[in-house]
Amino acid sequence: MIPVWIQISYIVATGLFIFSLKWMNDPETARRGVFSGVAAMLIAVISTMAMPGIVNFHWIILAMILGTIVGIPLSKVPLTAVPQRTALSHSFGGLAAGLVGTAKYYLWLHQEPDMLTHFRMSVIGAEVLLGFITFTGSLMAAGKLQEILPSRPIVYKNQNITNLSLFGVAVVFCILLVIDPIKYRFLFPFLILFALLFGVLLIIPIGGADMPTVISLLNSYAGLSAVAMGFVLENKLLITAGALDGSSGLILSIIMCKAMNRSFTNVLFGAFGQVQTTGADKEKRTVRSATPKDAAQLLENSNFVVIVPGYGMAVAQAQHRVREIYDQLVKRGITVKFAIHPVAGRMPGHMNVLLAEADIPYEDLVEMDDINPEMPQADICLVLGANDVVNPAARNDPKSPIYGMPIIDADKAKTVLAVKRSMNPGFAGIENELYYLDKTLMVFGDAKAVTGEIAKFLSGDNE
Amino acid sequence: MFAANSSANGTEALKGAETSEFVSSVFVFMLATFVGLDVIRRVSRLLHTPLMSLTNAISAIAVVGAILVCGPEHPGFVTILGTIAVFASMTNIVSGFLITDRMLKMFKKREGGKK
Repeated sequence: MIPVWIQISYIVATGLFIFSLKWMNDPETARRGVFSGVAAMLIAVISTMAMPGIVNFHWIILAMILGTIVGIPLSKVPLTAVPQRTALSHSFGGLAAGLVGTAKYYLWLHQEPDMLTHFRMSVIGAEVLLGFITFTGSLMAAGKLQEILPSRPIVYKNQNITNLSLFGVAVVFCILLVIDPIKYRFLFPFLILFALLFGVLLIIPIGGADMPTVISLLNSYAGLSAVAMGFVLENKLLITAGALDGSSGLILSIIMCKAMNRSFTNVLFGAFGQVQTTGADKEKRTVRSATPKDAAQLLENSNFVVIVPGYGMAVAQAQHRVREIYDQLVKRGITVKFAIHPVAGRMPGHMNVLLAEADIPYEDLVEMDDINPEMPQADICLVLGANDVVNPAARNDPKSPIYGMPIIDADKAKTVLAVKRSMNPGFAGIENELYYLDKTLMVFGDAKAVTGEIAKFLSGDNE
Repeated sequence: MFAANSSANGTEALKGAETSEFVSSVFVFMLATFVGLDVIRRVSRLLHTPLMSLTNAISAIAVVGAILVCGPEHPGFVTILGTIAVFASMTNIVSGFLITDRMLKMFKKREGGKK
């Protein structure tokens, strides 16, 4: 039995976790949320260590020290690397769940086979499956985000059938183990192996631009594997905290899917990158291009500027130069707003964090739905390393693969300035009509170099 | 934890106790999910990245399970698996909370322009 005072401390910890998330509803109170979370975690760890029967303190402390040594540098990564860090920590979460499930299974198998009831075996199965799928799946996602692995989708024939049958086999193993955990014990290692393999294969066909959804989904899996662990160990704190994480991942994935007008199945099994561009055979069309100096002059003579940042800005690390432009324009009394598409970047909210890092006040970071009605008033829309999220084809062209996806209406601004490396179509290989409009001026070059030059002209004029 | 009641109470009583434990766990899971969905829905969209690293740290509550496996007197390999699990969760706790706080510090209002 768990002593009463430990149970009470678990209840306190659960309450603090809920408050921790509640305080995230406003940037003003959000830091309080972190303290509350830390307090909850401390209470949980200390009371668990005080549980009767815990004797291997040296091992626990050693693991904690090592975990801290690895954890601190992981928290200091540059903000552009936050998506891969997040994916990596999902994989650690999955690993922990998988290992605990495995340890519990063998412990019961050898010491108290009576404990392996159908209930317990099915939750162990769920924990091990979810845990190890999350482990390798998140490692793959982290690899793709870090570009150790190619971030384009890797596809082959009959991919979905292969993946699903692999998963099916793993589930069959799981069911057999539930029916007779002792007779079918030889299947347990295969269950682990298949879960690990399925995690890899599940993520291989998913491309970079789908990462926001995938990371959210893996976040949810990591939470659910903690819930399964709670069922195995009959520990309610694990269930509640895991459920909070699971629901957070679920909501984020739903938001991401809606923002791309796609379903879960489509993200997981759709291999977006396969879509062939139809625009390729169209005749060469001309675009109007401009120099950074022209861009600076246009910006200077406007009243209302909307900046649409995308992954290109993150890759080029241009956010600090953008801030200089922002400062120069605001100093001239020009209204500047940032239009943030939910899936811009590689994880939910990625752009907000990068711009906040560059000291841009968060009141000027505006969501897509709030900025769109204002777009027709905008004198200039500066598109910075964003592509698909401003493609009018999503509104106009039913044949386009991104048709139906909500976009930022950049084309409704009076003038569009698009900073882009070249005319190569973006990730999905889709032509962007926006660049061919009469009111669009293309500024070719690296986002960081171009924004740097624009900022230089703006500040030069001022003196 | 469970050693005491396994032989003494007989299988039937054990089954009954296990079922009610299981049902009450499902109950807790369901309620926690609803609370979670409701609280998360209100989180500012600005903060979705820090939210994810915060929930990351919260799901590292798996450390409790890891300690329960690693801590008691068990065969060596169970302790090793538990130790690795404690290590993995601890990494998430430390890096998750630290990076969340680091990111949240960056969100500033307009008036408070000072560094």
